[in-house]
Amino acid sequence: MGWTRTEIAARAARELRDGYYVNLGIGIPTLVANVIPADMPVTLQSENGMLGIGPFPYEGEEDADLINAGKQTISELASSSYMSSAESFAMIRGGHIDLTILGAMEVSERGDIANWMIPGKVVKGMGGAMDLVAGVRRVIVTMEHNAKDGSPKIKRNCSLPLTGCDVVDMVITDLCVLERTALGELFEIVELAPGISADEVRARTEARLA
Amino acid sequence: MKPIYSDATSALSDILADGMTLMVGGFGLCGIPEKSILAIEALGVRDLTCISNNAGVDGIGLGRLLRTRQVRKMISSYVGENKEFERQYLAGELELEFCPQGTLAERCRAGGAGIPAFFTRTGVGTVVAEGKEVREFGGVAYIMEEALRADISLIRAWRADAAGNIQFRKTARNFNHPMATAGALCVAEVEEVVPLGTIDPDAVHLPGIFVDRLIVDPTPAKHIEFRTVRKREAT
Repeated sequence: MGWTRTEIAARAARELRDGYYVNLGIGIPTLVANVIPADMPVTLQSENGMLGIGPFPYEGEEDADLINAGKQTISELASSSYMSSAESFAMIRGGHIDLTILGAMEVSERGDIANWMIPGKVVKGMGGAMDLVAGVRRVIVTMEHNAKDGSPKIKRNCSLPLTGCDVVDMVITDLCVLERTALGELFEIVELAPGISADEVRARTEARLA
Repeated sequence: MKPIYSDATSALSDILADGMTLMVGGFGLCGIPEKSILAIEALGVRDLTCISNNAGVDGIGLGRLLRTRQVRKMISSYVGENKEFERQYLAGELELEFCPQGTLAERCRAGGAGIPAFFTRTGVGTVVAEGKEVREFGGVAYIMEEALRADISLIRAWRADAAGNIQFRKTARNFNHPMATAGALCVAEVEEVVPLGTIDPDAVHLPGIFVDRLIVDPTPAKHIEFRTVRKREAT
């Protein structure tokens, strides 16, 4: 049992609030855009310099000058605006973005996140991830609860190089929703996926939970 | 009025030199100064330091200058999508400084604005903070990041007028704007140079003071990395 990737995205979408400015990362977070409720007006930001991301363009209307941070062609909305990378990250660093939803390789019990590099493997770079976790007011991680080999991804301490320190507010996995109410605190289980018990979550989590 | 060139090689041949630091605009392949990059390849200058958010892809953009070994060092935030880059980096043939994307943009902006350094929360507690001054403001830790300057900034824009006033197009503005301000010289590729007065002064994105030379390229290649589309709804 537990949640599918789409269900994780749908659960994350329930954290959206009317009027939020939101930045979505790659992977499960991208799926959130497809499940935003019609009565929940939110504005999506793309850190390469756009506020108000529209849907993928109709075939034949792709514009090489109009892409999202994943380098995919997109379209604009009547409400859209464009800005430079410097101004885009001023929005992010300046705390003007309400929420970011990101993937992760590891999260620590005190809200550290590692999602940009695995030592010994090819290093691609952090892109905007460090800026997002440091600057956005609320940081939600969506990911599988455990690695493919079953090892825990929510740990006492991250073993991988960090993206940010004490920054994650909520983790949504295939098993549960974990939340911290304040920086420096431990996560607690606030919701379980169907068929999942708190004992199972604890057994599959290395981090101490509140 | 700004000098206008119809080809990038003549715009760059008298100012490029070995060992220079270049800022190269663009995000992915969007808004890259591709004609200038091709001219650098043709002119053969070497030992370049390139400050650019990305490193192009194999055979396009900065990927071309990596293949010809003209680049000694890259300062970037993300260099995926480039096999030759990976190979040279892993073989120790290429120096690389990773910089968070927002910090990179701000380091360019600060360089152009006469601000030698600034403090940011981005990267606190990570490898990015190693060797950098940490200071607390209001009980929160920040790291000091130094501004970047370049010998030449190479940018791509939509159109300019003869005074060098520039308009960008959609998300192709990206790093082109802050980088234009941080080069001792800025060379801008544009699709069109329009008569003075065509661009509403209220709608100038980059005032001409930041631009030294214009290259007109009416039909840029404009590559798409990931073509994503939706089907038209049946009517």
